[in-house]
This record gives sequence, structure tokens and C-alpha cells, in this order.
Amino acid sequence: MPDRLRKLDMILGSYTNEKYKVLEKTLKRSNEEIIKDLIDSGLKGRGGAGFPTGLKWRLAAAAPGDEKYVICNADEGEPGTFKDREILDCVPRKVLSAMAICGKVIGAKKGYIYLRGEYKFLVPKLQAEIDLFHQVAKQFNLDFKIEIFLGSGAYVCGEETALIQSMEGKRGEPRNKPPFPTQAGFKNMPTVVNNVETLASALMVFKIGPEEFRKLGIQDSHGSKLFSVSGDTPKPGIYDLEFGLSLAEFVEEFGDGDTKAVQVGGASGFCVPRKKFAETTIGYQGGLVGDSLPTGGSMMLFNSSRSMYNVLKNYLDFFAEESCGQCTPCRIGCQQLKIGIDAVKRGIKPPEYLDQLLKLTDTMKITAKCGLGQSVANSFSSIVTNFIEEMIY
Amino acid sequence: MEKFLNVNIDGIDVIVEEGTSILDAAKKVNIYIPTLCYHEDLCIAGNCRICVVEVIGQRTLAAACATPVSNGMVIKTNSPKVRNARKDLVALLVSEHNTQCTTCYRSTNCELQSLANEFNIDNNRYITLPHADTQIDRSSWSIEKDDSKCVRCQRCVRTCAELQHVNAITVAHRGEHMKISTFMELPLAEVVCVNCGQCVIHCPTAALTERRYFDYIWEAIGDEKKHVIINTAPSVRVAIGETLGYPPGTRVTGKMVTALKKMGFDSVLDTNFTADLTIIEEGTELLHRLRKALLEKEKVALPMITSCSPGWVKFIEHMYPEHLEHLSTCKSPQQMFGALAKTYYAEKMGIDPKDIVCVAAMPCAAKKYEANRPEMKDSGYQDVDAGLTTRELGLMIKQSGLNFAELEDGYFDTLMGKSTGAAVLFGATGGVMEAALRTVYEVVTGRELPFENLNFTPARGLGKIKEATIPLEECKEEWAFLNGIELKVAIAHGLTNARIIMDQVKSGTSPYHFIEIMACPGGCIGGGGQPIPTNDEIRKRRIAAIYAEDEGMPIRKSHENPEIKLLYEEFIPDGPLSKKSHKLLHTHYTKRNRY
Repeated sequence: MPDRLRKLDMILGSYTNEKYKVLEKTLKRSNEEIIKDLIDSGLKGRGGAGFPTGLKWRLAAAAPGDEKYVICNADEGEPGTFKDREILDCVPRKVLSAMAICGKVIGAKKGYIYLRGEYKFLVPKLQAEIDLFHQVAKQFNLDFKIEIFLGSGAYVCGEETALIQSMEGKRGEPRNKPPFPTQAGFKNMPTVVNNVETLASALMVFKIGPEEFRKLGIQDSHGSKLFSVSGDTPKPGIYDLEFGLSLAEFVEEFGDGDTKAVQVGGASGFCVPRKKFAETTIGYQGGLVGDSLPTGGSMMLFNSSRSMYNVLKNYLDFFAEESCGQCTPCRIGCQQLKIGIDAVKRGIKPPEYLDQLLKLTDTMKITAKCGLGQSVANSFSSIVTNFIEEMIY
Repeated sequence: MEKFLNVNIDGIDVIVEEGTSILDAAKKVNIYIPTLCYHEDLCIAGNCRICVVEVIGQRTLAAACATPVSNGMVIKTNSPKVRNARKDLVALLVSEHNTQCTTCYRSTNCELQSLANEFNIDNNRYITLPHADTQIDRSSWSIEKDDSKCVRCQRCVRTCAELQHVNAITVAHRGEHMKISTFMELPLAEVVCVNCGQCVIHCPTAALTERRYFDYIWEAIGDEKKHVIINTAPSVRVAIGETLGYPPGTRVTGKMVTALKKMGFDSVLDTNFTADLTIIEEGTELLHRLRKALLEKEKVALPMITSCSPGWVKFIEHMYPEHLEHLSTCKSPQQMFGALAKTYYAEKMGIDPKDIVCVAAMPCAAKKYEANRPEMKDSGYQDVDAGLTTRELGLMIKQSGLNFAELEDGYFDTLMGKSTGAAVLFGATGGVMEAALRTVYEVVTGRELPFENLNFTPARGLGKIKEATIPLEECKEEWAFLNGIELKVAIAHGLTNARIIMDQVKSGTSPYHFIEIMACPGGCIGGGGQPIPTNDEIRKRRIAAIYAEDEGMPIRKSHENPEIKLLYEEFIPDGPLSKKSHKLLHTHYTKRNRY
């Protein structure tokens, strides 16, 4: 097994017996030290967009506001992603601790966990943990309360501004940015919205120190990442892997010997065909994916029995349904892509129509209001260009 | 504390205040960026994405309306990247749209059509999306809703929420099913909609239009047995020119009257006549309430609030049903006109009222609903047979084949055609108040309203809520109880402002005696039946035209209108608030639900 494939067990490693030791230790440090550690660690957001976590905290700390908020984004809606659920189930204290530390750093007294509606079954256990946390916080003289907010099942509410809209009782639609949540978020106050895994990773930084954290990974992708492995694999599950392994190494370990493609990053991510496994690295610097790895860690493997047309059709059905519908490129674009590939498959439109649709995804990428509409192009263009014969015949 | 930023737009350096959007910064240097979901009256949505521009250094394009400039920003508004993206976006909107433009009421006045034209949209770029299940909602007397023509810009939603605080229409569903809908997706007639039509004048396409009645009117004109009379509201004459190619604020009263006569209306009369009548009745009612409250110490509802705006009336019926006693019982000028047309007018002209078709040309969508209120049958017939918007009347003039620009000025027919400058003021926010005070002050003190040239300036302008205090001194003997009283008045336009006023009334803290409320921003000149577009610049021009009409009238006080005096002498000898006046000129209101 290649080195990078060893199970790190860092994030999901047991924490239940420790009575909030890392929290206690970290609360004694200065805000500036904490932010510096986070920045030095190179930790980037684990939800998909990869924004530097330390910088986000610093921006919110510097923003003026009577009240500030910390929101843990547990709306985990990306198809093929299921690691946040496990974190909240197995090691909630890491997340609660990191929220409290963030609260201290930015000056927030209130934190929310925006929990995906389908994860309602987690509530009793999580609430018990929160109650315990409140007791511990009291002992530490920490004025920070955490509340669970249940989402209602919209994919787009994983987008941080749509999430905030939803929490404010409004329609879950992304806002115009700027202002960013760090300036004007929940109730128009400075707000940090961090993914569950980001918070758990942040606590790991505080536990092992930025130097140790930074040693893991490559280039500017540091630390480990939880991967949700699914599809045609003999061992589906959640794996804590170091950044930087090649897709060839990954498929060697998790494939069924007949892997023809891997969808990296769920429906909004990229589809990598077999011939590009060797040259594709998993990490923010991944060659194929350009400037960011749009993944919350979803790795879906497809073997030769799968029709990539059906895979794409499935994604497009999903996006046409889950687009909030407010902006033109996303609302109509998704529908056009969906009926467009169908029309080509049926011969109603000529194969060249796919070129028109690829141009459409270029438009969507640069004009959609939020990450949802912008990232539909990823799966569409990578599947259509790599498996064009499956689209036409 | 104002901070200024340097930006470069298409090679031109411009300095703007911090917080300025790219769109506004570009306007400063005369660069036009196309928009669709943007409207001057409304908050920024940034959802159509038509206004995208290239900001050098950014991966994605920025929506110019929603993006504030930052210092040193370099912006390209017309690069190939921008042009291609916009063209693609317009093509997408067209693919979603019911493109039967030839049969569309808004054809040639449609923002999507203009964009498609400007970007020369290739018709076959995308597959036409099916909208088989869309049905036109014609349940309302006032407004038609055709979802197949909706571009989902949400201008109507923002209008209904921000300007009117009614929230009759909002966004339902998401993704491919996303649409603009009502509570429980009920028909418009069954939800809390006040019919103001502000959504209609803010709609860029024909998704929301007024219900149209002109074909019915042409039929009536062609029917020799019918005697068809039309009365035109004060704000129609200063706006209808816009539908016929004139710039906003052009007064075309005389030409309009001539056109209507040539079109075959049997009599062309003036709503201003009953506006003057409203002043007499409502002014008397105000003094009556003041006498009861101040002299007789009886419990009486004050402040008294005007009732000429049917959108406002339905709003208070829904939202504040427990405070209806504050509304003046006076009918609106339109309904007073209808009731008199089929009684007084019929009698004097010797025409059987069943043969009279009373048409009202109004700046308003709600007037159509008002005409069809079940209680508005005091003449024994439906008092007003049809309400037309300014836009419909403009279209009828076009349909008539007349060369409008070449028409001579004509004059309203007599008997219910004479009016004063005070009446024409009804068209602008503050106008009813000004007209009422010109009369009330003079009745009480025997002196003219002490403002230069009778112009009651505190009531004028587009301020959200205007207030004034008029000290009453040296009153006539009959009104001696008003000596030393400071008459406090307020004026609100737009129902969001009306709500502020009503919340004061509800909490018992309203300091006023008399309040004018108009449902639409700017008053009737900005009504839901007025030409599209309407924005503050255009409102101001129409208002200026209203004041010019007033100053051009030989008589400028309602109580001096000779036809009004004649009406009371001949037909309502017991005067204002008498039994006959109550039967024909006053009404009652209905408590309604908020859902």
C-alpha cells in the first residue's frame, strides 16, 4: 500500500474520553496565535471551495459587528458525500470545540449547527453532546452557546449564503457577494461558516500543531482528508487519507479491477477517465481540476458496466431540480443541458449540438450567481469530452 | 466619512463614492449596460445576470447591478467574453419564453423583446422549453397573469413586498419548476391582492398585465342603442401622451378629448368634476367629524383617511379591518361619477339609464375591481360599466386610426365636464389634501389658504410621508370651535408607507386629523394602469404636468365649480352628507381576511 493510502485516523480518531483538553489548552492562547497557527497549517475549507480557514477567521475577527456568529455547515448534500455525518456521530466534540475556539477568536457568543434535514436521527445524541459542552464551557468561563438548526432538504442550502437565508426564515437562495458572510452574514452580522470537517481539522491543527499538520500532503494541500468512497468498489466507506495521492494509486486500492472512470467531488465535481488516472492528483493542486478541487471528498467509481450517459443524465436531473431557480444561467442552463443530451441521443439534434452545450457550460461557469450553477460545467464538460461516443451512440 | 474610489471602465477613469455599483459608475460616464431584473424603484436582485461585466483579474463575470466597485477596479463592459455571455443568457431566456410576440399585448414595449432584438438572438440556438401546463390566470377583475411569459426576474415579487407590503405574489418551487405564484397557488382573485397593478408596471414582459376591456367598449360604441360616456381621470391626460410617442410629462388634454369624440363616445366628460364633488363631500365630512370630536365631545374616528384609491381601500380592508371607520365614507370620484351618470345625467339628458354605458379611463388597475364591487349599484344599475387603463386608452386611440399629433384641442362636454385646478391635483400624491385644504380652510376662515398662489407646497413632492400643520385662527362664527386648533395632516403614497401610518392609528399614537393615502408611489400619476416604464424621473415629470394643468385652470378651488353648485341646487338640494348624497355618493366597506 502506498504511503499516502495509509489510514490516518486523524479526524475520526477517538476523542470521546478526552474532556475537552484541546479546547481548554487552546482557549488560553491569544487570538492572534490561534489564527497564525491556522494560517501556518495551510488548512483550507473541506466543504469544496477550499477557502483558507485561518484567513476566514481573521476576516470575521476584524469585521465590526455588535454580534457575530459561528455556523457549522452540516448540510452535506453533495451526492456521494457522507463523511460529515460520521464526524458528527463519532467525534462531535472536535467540532463543538473548534466552533467555540472560532467564537472566542472572532468574538461570537452563539454558534449554530446547520444540520441536513435527513440527518435528523443524529439530533438526540448531538443535543446531549451540546448540553455537555455547555456545562464544560461554564467551567471554562466561556460564554458560547450552540444550537442545532435543521435544514429542509434543499441542496443549494449548502451554499453558505443560501444557508444563512434559510436560517433567517427566508427562501434558501444564494445572496449577491460581496458582501461575504465574514462581513455581513447571519442577521447581517459577521459570520464564519465552516464545514464540519474543516472544524474537526482545525481542532487537529490545535492538537498537533501547525508544523505537524503541514507535513501531511503536498504543495498547498495540507493535512488529511476524509474521502467518501462509493460506487463500483469492493470496499465502500469513509477513509482518512493524506492529500497528494494519484488517482491511479487510489483506483489500485479501491477499484474493482475494471474502473473506467472516477467522479471526483460528486455531481459538481470532475469525471476522470481511466487514461488520465496516472496524471491526476487528489488535492487542491490537482492537474486536471485546475485551480481548485471541487470536492467535499466524494469519490465515485464506475466500472465498464456503467453508461456514462446515464451518469450524466442523473446529475443533470439532480441539478435541474436542485437549482434554486433564481438566476438565468443555472435555472435554464441546467434544463437545456438535460434535454440537450437527450435530444442528441435520440437524434433530434445533431452531435454538433454538444459543442453548443459545451459553450453553454462556459457561460454558466462565468455568469451563474453561486457555486452551484458555476460548477455544473465540471461534470458536464468532463463527461461529454471524455466519453463523447457514449453521448452520441 | 465618504470615501472615493478610482475605477476604470472601458478605458475611462471615473471617481465614485464607496458603495456605488458598477452599473451606476458606468452610467456616470454614459456607458449603458443592459439590464432586466434591475428596476430603479426596487432593491437589487442580481438574478437575470444580463448586466454581467468583466472585472480584470476575476475568473467569473460580475453582475454590474449587484457588485460594488472597489478601488483600482478595471472593468470591461463590452468585451467579446461579455457580449457572448449576454447573448447566451438572452438566448436562454428566449428558450424559456412564450415567444408568440405577434399576439402579445406588450409587443414593442417588452424588455425581453428589446434585448433579443439588440443581441440578435439566433432563434434556434436552444431547444424551446415546454410550458404546456401554464394557464392564464384571468380570475381577477384587474390583473391577468400568464406564466408562459414570465422571465423570473422577481420584479413583481419585490414590488409587492417592498413598495406595497402586500406580498400577494412570491416565488414558489425551485429549479426547473420555479415560478412566481400566490399563497397556496390560488387564483389571484382569491388571495390577498389589492389589485394596485404595481406588479404590472414593473413587469418587463407581459407575464402580468391588466385585464383588458376595450373590445367590449368598441362594441358598445358601435351599438346605436347605447349612449356611451367616458370620463377621464386627472392623471391620464398627463401620461397618455407617452403611449403615443410624446415625452413623459407632456399635457395632451385637448387632443385626448378630441380623439375620444372622434372615436365615437357620445359624451366625453371629466372625472375631475366628481373630484371636485369629492372635495365638497369629504371636506364636509371632515368638518363634521371635527365638530363631533371637538365641540360635541362625541366619540368619532379621527384621523379621517381618504378613500379615493381603491387599492388602498382593499389594503385597509384586508390588513386593518378593525379600523375601517377611519376611512371617509365618500366614494371615489370614479364611483360618484358612475352613480350620477345613471341618475342625474340620465334625468337631465332624458336618456334611459339602462342604455347608458359608463366608461372610466383611469391610471389604475384597481379601478376595474372597484367598478365591479357588488355594492356599487346605487343608481339601480352597475354604476360604472368598465374601467380602462391609460395604456388601453392609448391603444384604442391607435386602433382608431387617428393622427393624434394633428388633432385640434377639444373641450370636455358640459354637464359633468367642468372642473377646477383643485380637481386635477388628485392625480399627484398630496393632491387630494391640497385640494381639500383649499376648500376647507376657506369654508372655515373665509380666507384663502395662505400659501403663495394657493400652492400648498408641504403636500408636494415624492417624500415618503409628508406632514403639515395648519393653524386655524379667526374662524367664522359657525366654526368658532376650531379657533386655535392646529390642523395636522399627513400624506402617504405607496402601501408600505400607508402601513407606517396605519400602525400609528392602530396603536392610538396617530397625531393627525386628516390623512391622504394613495396606493401607488407618486399617487395616480404612478398608478398601475399608467404607461410603462414608470420610475421616479417619469413620476416627477408627470407631477410637474399636473401642477401646470392646475395653474392653467381659471378656477382652482372645488367649491367654486359652477357645475357642482348647479348639481346641489338641482339634484341634491339638501347638500353634502344629506340622505340623497349618502345614497349616491357614499359607500361602506367590508372587513376582509389577511389570508
